Amino acid sequence: MEEELHVLAVDDNLIDRKLVERILKISSCKVTTAENGIRALEYLGLGDPQQTDSSSTNNVMKVNLIITDYCMPGMTGFELLKIVKQESSNLKEVPVVILSSENIPTRVNKCLASGAQMFMQKPLKLSDVEKLKCQLLNC
Amino acid sequence: MDTLVAQLQRQFRDYTISLYHQGFLDDQFTELKKLQDECSPDFVAEVVSLFFEDCEKLIGNMARALDQTGNVDFNLVGSSVHQLKGSSSSVGAKRVKGLCITFKECCDSQNFEGCVRCLQQVDIEYKSLKAKLQDLFNLEQQIVQAGGRIPQVDI
Repeated sequence: MEEELHVLAVDDNLIDRKLVERILKISSCKVTTAENGIRALEYLGLGDPQQTDSSSTNNVMKVNLIITDYCMPGMTGFELLKIVKQESSNLKEVPVVILSSENIPTRVNKCLASGAQMFMQKPLKLSDVEKLKCQLLNC
Repeated sequence: MDTLVAQLQRQFRDYTISLYHQGFLDDQFTELKKLQDECSPDFVAEVVSLFFEDCEKLIGNMARALDQTGNVDFNLVGSSVHQLKGSSSSVGAKRVKGLCITFKECCDSQNFEGCVRCLQQVDIEYKSLKAKLQDLFNLEQQIVQAGGRIPQVDI
């Protein structure tokens, strides 16, 4: 039984969020978008404990993949990556893909070294997600 | 005998090709078109519309920042330019993106005159692209209204 991949897409840019969402939907993925790292963490159930009440923890989603922009104001994609990978729960197993408009080797290396599944160049193309899905589902 | 539909389709094809050849659009725009289908028939128009709204907003921010004579926050201008560069790259607005690259360099070197020039150019450029894409969308509508299909244009 092939399950739908549920992807959490994080980007501060509305246009990029719309693009990623569309690409993922065409690729038969379920998509949730977040406009920043804090929101993303809330969806993942890692929000501020003081602000989270029981009703929101019940909405914690199970995601199979996180795709995040690198360059975001506040929490960067890299910081989000590190938080996810430092989790003691199963969350740390969720693959995190970093998207960036700049293919700077030191940036790429530090993301991969911190456990990123892949570092991809923006703008994201349909064929990128097809390749990514193949990689994740071991096609 | 050339039907109206055939004429419109040829116009559409020629106009599309010219937009690419003149550097207004790059292959990211082609990627956008791949994301449009019967389920999302207005996707390109929606995204492009968001882009032009973004241009207006960001250019406004940059203009205000550059207006603070003697106290220009080049980081603020630069951050708006960075956002505009990202958006233009995502929709295939090649000339706007190119101008943003130059603009960013002016911000980084705190070149006030350069920034002002770049701002003017970016403003002109996005408006020009907006008009051209409007013409393109109008052609699409005319084709459909005349009972034809919008041709796939291979660049």
